[in-house]
Amino acid sequence: MDAATKKKLQQIACKVRMGVIEGTYNAKSGHPGGSLSISDTLTYLYFNKMNVDPSKAEDPDRDRLVLSKGHTAPALYSVLAQKGYFSTEELKSLRHIGALLQGHPCIHIPGVDMSSGSLGQGISAAAGMALAGKINNKSYKVYAILGDGEIEEGQVWEAAMFSAHYKLDNLVAIVDNNGLQIDGPITEVCSPEPITDKFAAFGWHVITMDAHDFDSIDAAFAEAAKVTGKPVAIIQKSVKGKGVSFMENQVGWHGTAPNKEQYEQAMSELNAQLKELED
Amino acid sequence: MADVIKKATRESYGEALKELAEEYKDLVVLDADLAAATKTGIFKKAYPDRFFDCGIAEANMMGVAAGLATAGKIPFASTFAMFAAGRAFEIVRNSIGYPHLNVKIGATHAGISVGEDGATHQCNEDIALMRTIPGMTIINPCDDVEAKAAVRAALDFNGPVYMRFGRLAVPVINDAASYKFELGKGVTMKDGKDVTIVATGLMVNEALEAAKTLEAEGISARVVNIHTIKPLDKELICKCAKETGLIVTAEEHSIIGGLGSAVAEAVTECCPVKVVKIGVNDEFGHSGPAVELLKEFGLSAENIAKTVKEAVKNK
Repeated sequence: MDAATKKKLQQIACKVRMGVIEGTYNAKSGHPGGSLSISDTLTYLYFNKMNVDPSKAEDPDRDRLVLSKGHTAPALYSVLAQKGYFSTEELKSLRHIGALLQGHPCIHIPGVDMSSGSLGQGISAAAGMALAGKINNKSYKVYAILGDGEIEEGQVWEAAMFSAHYKLDNLVAIVDNNGLQIDGPITEVCSPEPITDKFAAFGWHVITMDAHDFDSIDAAFAEAAKVTGKPVAIIQKSVKGKGVSFMENQVGWHGTAPNKEQYEQAMSELNAQLKELED
Repeated sequence: MADVIKKATRESYGEALKELAEEYKDLVVLDADLAAATKTGIFKKAYPDRFFDCGIAEANMMGVAAGLATAGKIPFASTFAMFAAGRAFEIVRNSIGYPHLNVKIGATHAGISVGEDGATHQCNEDIALMRTIPGMTIINPCDDVEAKAAVRAALDFNGPVYMRFGRLAVPVINDAASYKFELGKGVTMKDGKDVTIVATGLMVNEALEAAKTLEAEGISARVVNIHTIKPLDKELICKCAKETGLIVTAEEHSIIGGLGSAVAEAVTECCPVKVVKIGVNDEFGHSGPAVELLKEFGLSAENIAKTVKEAVKNK
């Protein structure tokens, strides 16, 4: 990836993170930790990979993304706002009564391809979209983002079996391996490890990447695009709370909103990062 | 008198899918390793490229159906009622109901008439479960003719539909040539003034038989067939409540949350009259031949007639 593209993506990702903080702060609830760990990947997909256009949101040929780990909707909404599906002002009313942006993704929100949030379900819907692409001879890709805790759900493995059986090479599942779930580290709660071996054993092509390095992200998706005959699982090594010093690798920031002081500190850190990127 | 033709509505389901496949190009069928039993095998044989076996994984099947529907396909997700409405309930609610996707659920082997397989497979709760999902349409056809018409109606309707079919062969009581299916509309099968028997599914025929017995004993019973349990034809139910002053419901389902509950909820709002519910009481079924089980659990013309007589006496 060239330096200019990389810098542009880093700047957008920084703004996406600000939207996550803005949204969860104003909502006084929500899930900042896992939103921040997928911000770079979502930015890369929507700004450098996916064939999507806010002016043709329902285009049958568009690429699709299902946020199976739906609780990290703030990151999806923030990237959709940056992309122009709706105003960034909407982020301030996230989770409010009468607001466009629901606590978890809802298909009726512009740019959202599937309602999700009850864990383990999004991957099946993504598989269905990919199957429809095969039936209809469409060339679109379907991306599904799952949490590493989420894959403890049995339905994920039903979907994994199904996708390999039907050779859905137009499906890419990204597992956000930040290592933390609500009750603690995934290896202590009820370990889903070894994640790469499991997907490989289910017949998937497995790729690992650094979720906060755009070169690594770019390489992973380039490899994924070349795979034929099987679905692709990208296990992304990530940092929960990435970008906000006091949230990084802290399980407590899974589902807690920042208070005013924390909001100000987080925004100040992100503003400093953005300024550095713009210099 | 001509011999009564009997056919299981699951058979009608499989045949209808095949018959409608040319007309509805987006129709695809999913099953969870039960194609021989749900009769989607009939479709599979004719259209193998439009049939997808999901294996024994009903939760994923419902999710895949949802994904297919977002891309314009019309998936018929097929399995036993126990697994469609029971095991996969939350997926049906969140992945199909909440986004209001155009998924059709073909649930066979509903009710006690599953027979020998026993309680684990006798789903008497599915109507109750599906009724609570906002925007879900529920159809419980009474015979072959109605079942086939219901599949077409579901295809013509944009939104999630739960269709309930049976394992047991039941009499064909409608005339294929003249039958018209109207989604959400009850059908008055026989007029009467003393009581209305509101029935659904295989209990419609039992209700008609009961009405004959009652007629001979001087009780004029109206019989209404409710094939669409949701949205319920409240207008017709309330009219019957006003005109006959007494309702007896009959369903092959738990008396909790099914047709009887829906009817009672409706009449309490528009015309409170006594509603007596015939169905499976608050208990599990057990193994046995379907016809004997139906009798044992009171899902018979004899029991309807007996119940109606008592209710009319105490009116």
